[in-house]
Amino acid sequence: MTATPTTPRGAVRERPRSVRRRPRTSPRPAGRTATPWLYLAPALVVLGALLVYPVCQLGLISLLKYTQAQVSGGRPTTFQGLGNYAELFGDDQFWHVLLATVVFAAACVLGTLAVGCALAVLLTRVRAVPRLALMLAALGAWATPAVTGSTVWLLLFDADFVPVNRVLGLGDHSWTYGRYSAFLLVLLEVVWCSFPFVMVTVYAGIRAVPGEVLEAAALDGASPWRIWRSVLAPMLRPILVVVTIQSVIWDFKVFTQIYVMTNGGGIAGQNLVLNVYAYQKAFASSQYGLGSAIGVVTLLILLAVTLVHLRLLRRRGEEL
Amino acid sequence: MNPVRLRVRRPGRLAAEASALLAAAVVAFPLYWMVLSAFRPAGEIESAQPRPWTTSPSLDSFRRVFGQQEFGRYFLNSLVVAGAVVIASGLIAFLAATAVTRFRFRFRTTLLIMFLVAQMVPVEALTIPLFFLMRDFGQLNTLGSLILPHIAFSLPFAIWMLRGFVKAVPEALEEAAALDGASRSRFLWRILFPLVLPGLVATSVFSFISAWNDFLFAKSFIISDVSQSTLPMALLVFYKPDDPDWGGVMAASTVMTVPVLVFFVLVQRRLVSGLGGAVKD
Repeated sequence: MTATPTTPRGAVRERPRSVRRRPRTSPRPAGRTATPWLYLAPALVVLGALLVYPVCQLGLISLLKYTQAQVSGGRPTTFQGLGNYAELFGDDQFWHVLLATVVFAAACVLGTLAVGCALAVLLTRVRAVPRLALMLAALGAWATPAVTGSTVWLLLFDADFVPVNRVLGLGDHSWTYGRYSAFLLVLLEVVWCSFPFVMVTVYAGIRAVPGEVLEAAALDGASPWRIWRSVLAPMLRPILVVVTIQSVIWDFKVFTQIYVMTNGGGIAGQNLVLNVYAYQKAFASSQYGLGSAIGVVTLLILLAVTLVHLRLLRRRGEEL
Repeated sequence: MNPVRLRVRRPGRLAAEASALLAAAVVAFPLYWMVLSAFRPAGEIESAQPRPWTTSPSLDSFRRVFGQQEFGRYFLNSLVVAGAVVIASGLIAFLAATAVTRFRFRFRTTLLIMFLVAQMVPVEALTIPLFFLMRDFGQLNTLGSLILPHIAFSLPFAIWMLRGFVKAVPEALEEAAALDGASRSRFLWRILFPLVLPGLVATSVFSFISAWNDFLFAKSFIISDVSQSTLPMALLVFYKPDDPDWGGVMAASTVMTVPVLVFFVLVQRRLVSGLGGAVKD
């Protein structure tokens, strides 16, 4: 692959400051300015209709009293300002769910990053056969659809005839009964299916690091951990930032795993996260306004994460 | 690999290779168990002494899955949805990525930032307004209600990822093509497109997976016409929380996972170089 012209340059090579500031693409003559918009038109139409418009609608619905009665036209839709939000913030369950979501997402991100980075480093230190084996296994986990992954992990941890329980000597311990063990089970599944993205990306990044650098560090007697902390991690920082943000965004939005594995949020909603909570409020109890308000809260939290990402990109002085 | 490096690493390498193989085994185990359970004869899955192999593989579970009403139809529906999303979002993203990397125009940076922000929009939260949108346009219970939103949701990431690939095609090539009298669209489709294709393939993995895996839209938008349903819903037919038919669930899971695996193995090499390229820019 390295021979094709599409392979980008080394991942961590710093461009000289003077070059970085100047756009590399030469400006087009003024008469041509319609062309980019022509190319952008399909994307903008699709995104406008199916992303921007629904986001606005979401905001609007969250301000309405919108339940089954209004949907079927039985009662007029009434504007109630921040009523849904007031109801939400006054509800203890919301705060519990919010806390659970944040902690759960953080644990998933940490687990995913730790496993992904460790295995990426491991990949660079082994010969072709073990590398291929690990790569294929990881691609298999990555390729597994969330629904099937969830059911397979449920089977592995099923109370009655579980391989895992037997190996651990837990008898007929039910993993989905307790709140924390159910969360742990979902966490394992999420890490299992999301670490490959981190591993493959970080591995691709490490391969772009010049071999001499690592060699020099190894010759100086640096331990693998030391090499990671003092050489690789700083060089791979841009990649790690992207991978972390991406994981935060994905893990904060986990839906299928929770929905399938804890059967819609666990016993008495003990395993709800914001996304599932919004879905249950909207589609199970037909409180569309309230569900939308939860959606808006999720959106704002993720927006904050994205803004942090943008700041980090900007601080690097990167040209978009 | 050069010899100095080998000598330095020798003591730790056997340990490293052993742990790599162990990690591979652990990661692959759930998949192995899935396939194994799918081939087990009835009764053996629930046996009190689960063995990690089976002496008498049977196709009973698969028969039950394929015997389910319209399973083939679900499979086809899933393929249509995923295929349409991959092709449409690939082409649209290619055009958009070309626009934002090859041209300078007003609002270019603003647009890029908006694409980045669009990536984080939680799909699940938008199910509510999308449901009403689909209802108003009479799209409920159609495959279109699954295809359209997925195109929209995979676009921002695809554009962001393709940027690096379009950028990597030398500017000089475009000038040479123009000098030779190639029109802009000829350059776009005959020269740029083939060069960016590997990147497009890497990108398509993500749109394929999100469309193929989709569970929420299928559950919310296909409410009454089951003939328009997709595989994830078919799988859950076997999964009843109180008394799941594990053999059926695992056989359906296997059937659902295989196409994705095939797709992954096909694009594997492009994926590694593609991600390396996308993330750095």
